[in-house]
Amino acid sequence: MTTNLILVLVVLTNLKLLGSSRLGASIRVVAAQGMVLGLLPILAHWHELSLHFALLAAGTIALKGIVFPRLLFRAVREAEVAREIEPYVGYVASLVAGVLALGVSFWMCSRLTMPENIASPWLAPVALFSIFAGLFLIVARKRALNQVLGFLVLENGIYTFGVGIVAETPFLVELGVLLDVFVAVFVMGIAVYHINREFDHIETDRLDRLKG
Amino acid sequence: MSAFSFLPLLLALVLSPLLFGVINRTKAIFAGRRGQPLLQTYFDLWKLLQKGAVYSRTTSWVFRAGPMIGLAAAVVAATLMPLGNFPALVAFPGDFLLFAGLLALMRFFTVVAALDTGSSFEGMGASREVFFSALAEPALFVALVTLARQAGQLSLTTMFGLASGAHWLESGPVLALVIIALMIVLLAENARIPVDDPNTHLELTMVHEVMVLDHGGPDFAFILYSAALKLWLFAALIVGMVMPATNSVWLDLLLATGGMFVVAVIVGVIESIMARLRLVVVPQLLVGAGALAALAFLLELTLKIHNAS
Repeated sequence: MTTNLILVLVVLTNLKLLGSSRLGASIRVVAAQGMVLGLLPILAHWHELSLHFALLAAGTIALKGIVFPRLLFRAVREAEVAREIEPYVGYVASLVAGVLALGVSFWMCSRLTMPENIASPWLAPVALFSIFAGLFLIVARKRALNQVLGFLVLENGIYTFGVGIVAETPFLVELGVLLDVFVAVFVMGIAVYHINREFDHIETDRLDRLKG
Repeated sequence: MSAFSFLPLLLALVLSPLLFGVINRTKAIFAGRRGQPLLQTYFDLWKLLQKGAVYSRTTSWVFRAGPMIGLAAAVVAATLMPLGNFPALVAFPGDFLLFAGLLALMRFFTVVAALDTGSSFEGMGASREVFFSALAEPALFVALVTLARQAGQLSLTTMFGLASGAHWLESGPVLALVIIALMIVLLAENARIPVDDPNTHLELTMVHEVMVLDHGGPDFAFILYSAALKLWLFAALIVGMVMPATNSVWLDLLLATGGMFVVAVIVGVIESIMARLRLVVVPQLLVGAGALAALAFLLELTLKIHNAS
């Protein structure tokens, strides 16, 4: 039941991201999504709770809920952007595309054979939807920061899938993934800052032209 | 069919103008005013019915027919709507389609009557009204279809018989999503604040009010009354989903009637704490409501398959 609630919250946060133009709000939404997902390993493996899952949950919440938002907010401050003005795909169209992606992921997962003891029937479709939504954000937004958020959502989708479906991932692998994402966000934050300083904006569609 | 089956319809006809009174009183309390009397809408209706109507020479019979057809459609729709767990006067499989159709008919004639005047302001309001409702209707339909699927029933009366504590535990997220979607549709369809401000008389910001500017006297009374009925019907949709069945029919009826006014208070609170959205943001809100309803539908679909296997 609680797992279901978390999954619904994840879908809602994704839809909110697709339909919102303000960067600050988007970063907060991604942080909330990361925190909620941090609880997922504990709830999905409630009956066989071990130190492993507790540590994983703590690490996820600390990184995705606290460290990433701070890094991103710093990048926003340095790049002095508040909102995306003209994305490639408008916000209403993004929402509609999101609903379509939601339908596609539910349809695809209804054709997959799932393991017997899966925590919730919504787990696989929601994970797939997060991946789609993340990819869509990366493709459809111009600002580099929105694309970083898309990358995080994409990673959240893969994480949801892994935690909910694979029963026993080696602890080191999971920690390694978290570390990778951390480094990626860190580097992207610095890259955004440098792009902004060189070009006075962080719109990636103008990076294909030569300067001068 | 006993005499009691007329009760939901009768309550709707008698009590619906009171909903506006409750909303206005809630807003007044929030703003620290005393507010107009709770029965103000009844006084307004009485005053308007005493007056004569003035018709412009440029209008045709469409303009005069608009309010009457609108009121008739609203009353017929009210016969289809159960009150909580109390069955509706008329119930048959698929009646929720007729319900939505009647509301659409009502809107169509309001719009046509507005266009008939030839006023440019009314044309603008009509265009906005149609635009918003084209976005709100998918949300309404998907929400109703989700309910129908959940109950395995195609009639509004039997769809609402399902609400109970156990049901909420089983599919709480689905129900919550549907209720939020329906609440947004209620606000949009009844021209309440995040979408349209019922108090404003500045033509540039008006949506619904601007369409009825040229109606006066009894015609305007009809429009006011059918707007009250429409609000009552949408509130009944939400109350029907929430109210659990008790052992006594009379207690059910009492709870449901109370629930209607709770919805009115919620609308009043929303109007007090929110500003009206910019016109370009409204489609986003309505598409969002549709997205919520679609999400609820997909969740419900997967849950059913999962439980069956």
